[in-house]
Amino acid sequence: MKAVTLKNITKTYDKGKVLAVDDVTLQIDRGELFGLIGPDGAGKTSVFRILTTVLLADKGSASVDGFDVVKDYQSIRRRIGYMPGKFSLYQDLTVKENLGFFATLFGTTIEENYALIKDIYEQIEPFKNRRAGKLSGGMKQKLALCCALIHKPEVLFLDEPTTGVDAVSRREFWEMLKRLKQQGITILVSTPYMDEAVLCERIALMQNGKIMSVNTPQHIIATYPVPLYAVKSGNIYKLLNDLRKSELVESSFAFGEYLHVTLKNNDAAGAGNLRNHIAAQGHTNIEVSVMAPTIEDSFIRLTNKKQGSFAQA
Amino acid sequence: MKQLLVFIRKEFYHVFRDRRTLLIMFGIPIAQILLFGFALTSDVKNAEIIIADHAQDINTGQITAKIKASTYFLVKEANINTNDIEAAFKKGGLKCVVIFPSRFGADLLHNGKAQVQIIADGSDPNTAKTLTNYLTAIITDYQLQISAATALPYSIVPETRMLYNENANGSLNFVPGVLALVLMIVCTALTSVAVVREKESGTMEILLVSPFKPVMVLIAKAIPFLALSIAIFTLILLLSVYVLDVPIKGSISLLYIESILFIITCLSLGLLISNTTNSQQTALLLSMMGMMMPTLIFTGFMFPLENMPRIFQVISNIVPARWYFLIVKAVMLKGLGFEYVWKETLVLAGMTAVLLAIALKNFKTRLS
Repeated sequence: MKAVTLKNITKTYDKGKVLAVDDVTLQIDRGELFGLIGPDGAGKTSVFRILTTVLLADKGSASVDGFDVVKDYQSIRRRIGYMPGKFSLYQDLTVKENLGFFATLFGTTIEENYALIKDIYEQIEPFKNRRAGKLSGGMKQKLALCCALIHKPEVLFLDEPTTGVDAVSRREFWEMLKRLKQQGITILVSTPYMDEAVLCERIALMQNGKIMSVNTPQHIIATYPVPLYAVKSGNIYKLLNDLRKSELVESSFAFGEYLHVTLKNNDAAGAGNLRNHIAAQGHTNIEVSVMAPTIEDSFIRLTNKKQGSFAQA
Repeated sequence: MKQLLVFIRKEFYHVFRDRRTLLIMFGIPIAQILLFGFALTSDVKNAEIIIADHAQDINTGQITAKIKASTYFLVKEANINTNDIEAAFKKGGLKCVVIFPSRFGADLLHNGKAQVQIIADGSDPNTAKTLTNYLTAIITDYQLQISAATALPYSIVPETRMLYNENANGSLNFVPGVLALVLMIVCTALTSVAVVREKESGTMEILLVSPFKPVMVLIAKAIPFLALSIAIFTLILLLSVYVLDVPIKGSISLLYIESILFIITCLSLGLLISNTTNSQQTALLLSMMGMMMPTLIFTGFMFPLENMPRIFQVISNIVPARWYFLIVKAVMLKGLGFEYVWKETLVLAGMTAVLLAIALKNFKTRLS
């Protein structure tokens, strides 16, 4: 039995005017750390809310831990842990009060499942008498995770848990997720950060309510269909404009100090042709090298393919 | 059960850690009682008047002494010129002028009839009316006094009594009104805000996802406010008895039972509002504007319902505070028992049942 299944799930808002989730079908295995990757507005939160039974889908069916999200919503509610995107706990309760409240609410005690949250809780324990509103972003997320875990859920839903959290805390947070996975908990996590995608076992790339690709991050990167070049010159802004106008170039996007470029003709002479082309336009300090694609490259390519701006590669 | 207790404890934390809410809860009743008791009184006290006595005889002297003896007036004796009266009114302060013509006493004795002129500042009609009534009463009283010797053939002496309020204490009418108003504000507004706050902070999503029954969320939210409202009710009663000298004539336990019924009505309204809104501002506006205005206007403690057009009288029937006001007036001021207020109680109970049913039925177990 799969931990989570979605079959042809569609959800619209405003009486059908806004399409949030568009015919999504997805399966998540038990014990998997699964990532739902996509920009803001992709429909991630809607998928989460449908699975956590707080929202009804227009069409399609879904189940969590074998229970139907509509019929058996009460059984699901006992089995899952959920950390909503804008979940901010009770700002005026202390760390300990928040945790204690959620433990009782889910019919357990802090002591009973302390082993599960021990690693995480120990980090915030020095502040246990501080009010949640006075915690830093990273600590708030740790507390929220503790609250979502305290009843030992079968499936854990984390909606953008690292949004608005500093880089160090983000890394720590993912370490914690890996340890939780070892305890056998299925984790479904959403994030707009592409760099976090590789930390998941499998990911679904989501855009405009549709799932574009489901696979391991490694496989998605490995199946990037064409060579990708990292290009740089003395005037990066002019270079970007020149490349976008160029007939050789299929796509060109700025990533940090480099441009990621794909070509229309992918033969062995590609890199050389590109260098000559750039030089001919008067650029200096040119660097051209073949690079390994990232998830973000795959994501952009899939997005653009959907919108039809690429020839089918 | 343990979940419910912990939930209720959490609600108390919210209330006691939020200074603003506390201030609203206990500040409003105190402010209202003191305001209505001392500032917004319709009684006239120490009104400035001028007595222009052109006669200076025994009779005018006696009348002037009578007027001076009353606490309503602050009398100044001056021979004010008729032409200056208007200027004096315009300057403000002066409320009324009493003018005795030069042959007042002589006319009274020889013709059996004398005239006295009372000029009041009609720009404030309520005060003017009250003052002229007081003055007329004093003069009539004096007239009776001097005619007693000559024994009029027929005389009618009205003996008026203000039953239940012998001292004409204006606080009597508004204490029940303020009770209704304050309970309405505290229960309705604060309850709706308390539920909507969970929606705003995203914790409602967690509460829904938890095995805790959604309806229990409403109950857990309502119970602390029920307890606090009873405390506030007690506070208002204490203030009215010890500060405003408004006695409780009827049974205190009946008063409490009726008040708890009304509090539950208000709580149901608050829960109903919270079901339909998603932001604290909307909830607050709805409960303040939607509930306070009708309570002020249609309860009958500020504006007599009997004077309203028929349509408003009909509308007033659906305002719960109106019925509560009637009950409190009957029990607290007249000392009547349940047999006199059972009809009003039944109406209020019916309203509560309907509101509560709608609130519970509309409470969503999902987000939308």
